[in-house]
Amino acid sequence: MRNSTKRNTVPSLAVIVGLSLFITGCSGGGAAETAEEPTEESSEQPAVRGDEDLIIWADPVRIEYIKEIADTFAQENGITVGVQGIVNTRADFITANSAGNGPDVIAGAHDWIGQLVQNGAVEPLQLTPDDLAGYSLTAVQASTYEDQLYALPYAVESVALYCNTEYAPGTYASIEDVIAASQPAVDAGTLDVPLILQQGELGDAYHMQPLFTSGGGYVFGRDAEGNYDPTDLGLNKPESIAAAQKIASLGETGANTIRRSISGDNYLSLFTEGRAGCMVSGPWALPDVKKALGENYSIQPVPGFAGMQPAQPFMGSQGFMVASNGKNKTFAQEFVTNGVNSEESMTQLFELSNQPPAMVSVREGITDEDVLALATAADQGAPMPAIPAMAEVFAPLGQAWSAIIGGADPTETMNQTHETIAQAIAG
Amino acid sequence: MEQRVASRAGRGDPAGTGGGSGGVAGTLVKVVALGTIVGLAVMLTPALVGTQQWAFLIVLWGIVAVLAVTYATRRFVPAKYLVPGTLLLVLFVVYPILMTFQLSTTNYGDGTRTTKEVTISRIIGSAAQQVEGARTFELSVGSEGTATSGPYTFLLMDTGTGDIFAGTPDGIRELDPDTITVEDGVITAAEGYTLLDRRQVNELSQQGGELEGFAVPTEDGVITAQGFSAVELSSPLEYDETTDTITNVNTGAKYTPVQSGDRKYFTNADGERLSDQSWGENVGLDNYVRAFTDPRISSDFVGIFAWTLAFAVLSVGTTFVLGLFLATVLNDARVRGQRAYRSILLLPYAIPGFIALLIWSSFFNSEFGLINNMLNLDINWLGNPFWAKVAVLLANLWLGFPYMFLVCTGALQAIPADLKEAASLDGATGWTNFRKITFPLLLVAIAPLLVSSFAFNFNNFNAIFLLTEGGPFSPDNPTAGGTDILISYTYRLAFGGAEQQIGFASAISVVLFVLTGVLAAIQFRATRTLEEVG
Repeated sequence: MRNSTKRNTVPSLAVIVGLSLFITGCSGGGAAETAEEPTEESSEQPAVRGDEDLIIWADPVRIEYIKEIADTFAQENGITVGVQGIVNTRADFITANSAGNGPDVIAGAHDWIGQLVQNGAVEPLQLTPDDLAGYSLTAVQASTYEDQLYALPYAVESVALYCNTEYAPGTYASIEDVIAASQPAVDAGTLDVPLILQQGELGDAYHMQPLFTSGGGYVFGRDAEGNYDPTDLGLNKPESIAAAQKIASLGETGANTIRRSISGDNYLSLFTEGRAGCMVSGPWALPDVKKALGENYSIQPVPGFAGMQPAQPFMGSQGFMVASNGKNKTFAQEFVTNGVNSEESMTQLFELSNQPPAMVSVREGITDEDVLALATAADQGAPMPAIPAMAEVFAPLGQAWSAIIGGADPTETMNQTHETIAQAIAG
Repeated sequence: MEQRVASRAGRGDPAGTGGGSGGVAGTLVKVVALGTIVGLAVMLTPALVGTQQWAFLIVLWGIVAVLAVTYATRRFVPAKYLVPGTLLLVLFVVYPILMTFQLSTTNYGDGTRTTKEVTISRIIGSAAQQVEGARTFELSVGSEGTATSGPYTFLLMDTGTGDIFAGTPDGIRELDPDTITVEDGVITAAEGYTLLDRRQVNELSQQGGELEGFAVPTEDGVITAQGFSAVELSSPLEYDETTDTITNVNTGAKYTPVQSGDRKYFTNADGERLSDQSWGENVGLDNYVRAFTDPRISSDFVGIFAWTLAFAVLSVGTTFVLGLFLATVLNDARVRGQRAYRSILLLPYAIPGFIALLIWSSFFNSEFGLINNMLNLDINWLGNPFWAKVAVLLANLWLGFPYMFLVCTGALQAIPADLKEAASLDGATGWTNFRKITFPLLLVAIAPLLVSSFAFNFNNFNAIFLLTEGGPFSPDNPTAGGTDILISYTYRLAFGGAEQQIGFASAISVVLFVLTGVLAAIQFRATRTLEEVG
């Protein structure tokens, strides 16, 4: 009995293995080939540099205009340039750079710099004060980390106040005025909410920052040169708690303007469908707003609370950085410190990207009021801290805002959040 | 024993079709295939030697040797069937596990990707700044011999004064302007020098090139190239290898490596760090010790583990019950339009899970969401820990039931109808029939799938992260949310904070791997009793 079972098993086993061999590659050679290629790939990084004389990595949404400016540089220097769109630019760059197959130049946001420096992935740029005088001060401060300049800024961004002029036609001096403008339409049932400030269930510290700073609160203190100090965490200071109380008064148990049900998923559709008076958002919302509302919108810096500090949103700066482990460092340095560092290149970059330029003189020729308003808003902001400790802040502070607008006690919540973040920073 | 079975299999293949040893065409295919493999290996070898990847080189040629010995000779017939599968198993299963384990014994992650030497040179290099009143220069590179031979000289034109200098690693001297040709503010010719074009300069500055790290010492610091300009820099930091100390010569501060967590930083006597850069080290089993002793982890672990189990069990249970119910109902011959119903029920399976989960997340919005609006409810689905758990299970039910429906339908159709008929003749009702005949037979086929479904849901990162991101959170504990399962929780621990802690994350992965393995083994043992029924 046992024997006969075995006799049956052996050929069928061979058939199964043979079949699986067939499926995996039709023949022994084929199967081995498929096995081999992945070995080679797994030893490499997911993103791999090309063969050109100068390789630039950037977010795919930015490569079109970077490619143009890079082509100009390539022609002037008689070299070839490759601009590659990398979805996960920062993380892929850190991995690829340390493995020695990264790009020569990386285009990215200034708040990456802390992590990039921590990984030794970028090199400082040596530019004279004269060179930098043409750029907006906040953009230069943002690109400077531990007293060294790491990025050449080309565009700035921060949140601003978009208003649907049908309901909120004015220019507003305070957030209370903004809300008052379209509150009647909300009461009448034509609008869902007077002001959109996206938070969601997990909260959003980035979008809350203008109101937090207007109330007097701060995340990290700054020294005389504008460097952020990770040891000076300010969330439990009386001013910060007062700001939190002010925010709570606009929350679900107060005016019910700032709600957890408005999140990054639905803020834009609410505004473009004409269901809100105003919205706090950044330049990325502009194309959709323009498409949906035509002429019926206005942009202005986010105002603060009446009679309190001016609102200071987190400001971001897009710039070019030189990779520490790039193959063609000479061309990389030349491109960043000389190629794009001119009014001509910066003007070209603006015309192609339509993003608020970091170079002040470029702004003089701009007639587009939206861009000018977004640039003003960004100049009024404070650079988003690039220090690695900042990454410990976003999630807990966002959760604190979510709890506070949901009705939690502001004092207790801010004290707890301060404690949690301080512990996380201390490791 | 294995040997005997194997040799028998060999003899049981008299025509030799499986090994491809019969016929000219077979031989030809074999020669071409093996030739391709060897060719590929030869092609890859220089690249691997160039990047000094010795381990990969050895493995590559090892694979080639195994394949050649197996398929070029007639001796190892059973191996011809087993080698491809085994190779794939080793490459895609065993190798990643070993790599993960190896990583888990290091502190690899943000700030520790480089070696100590590289870190020190980066710290010192990035502290270099332009000295007070520093000069900047337009740079051309000249060679005293040919363009490729050197020795090389920096031909520097001061951008302020227009003075021209020749700089070498020995020092700097001024040149007579009459011996120099300047066009458009750039030196284009110099007596006694062959000028390099830009591409040549770039090539020589690459790693290992003669201009790499080329520096001209001056009174105030060094002149180094920055693109086709040059700047005068000085770094206040000096490293002393014997004492392992970095000294700031301006302030006199001394920095030595001090352990902090799993890594060391250069720190001064006041505890101030010189830089956030650290370096990679082996830490032994420290990551495992941390995983089991970190108070943050252990305080949340029990609750999260319990919810992970509940989530996996309930996900499998609800999808299975619903899938089986629908399959049984639609399996009845009296139902009209079976195919149409089945196609519609399979729709959720056809929509990519990523998209479906994001859409479900918006359905659950408390104010604008479809569910509350349609059913006229006022439930804070994603803000309340209990309802968030219900929401996750509901969405996962919608995503998962078509699979169960599919496999149950298949299994039901495989159960012989005469069994049911016989039971009916013996007087069994529909329910008894299902309970005593259909269900036990069904379980034999389905049980292993339930086990694998359990293991999948145990680590179902997408369902949690795309729906709730683990939330809702309470302000006093931002690391463990109301719907966090082990994998989403540890993901946040390892990658959510300031630093990517890849070493630590690997240790957690290994622990989860063992945990899932043990659970699966227990379940398979339990399902074995079911097979006895069959």
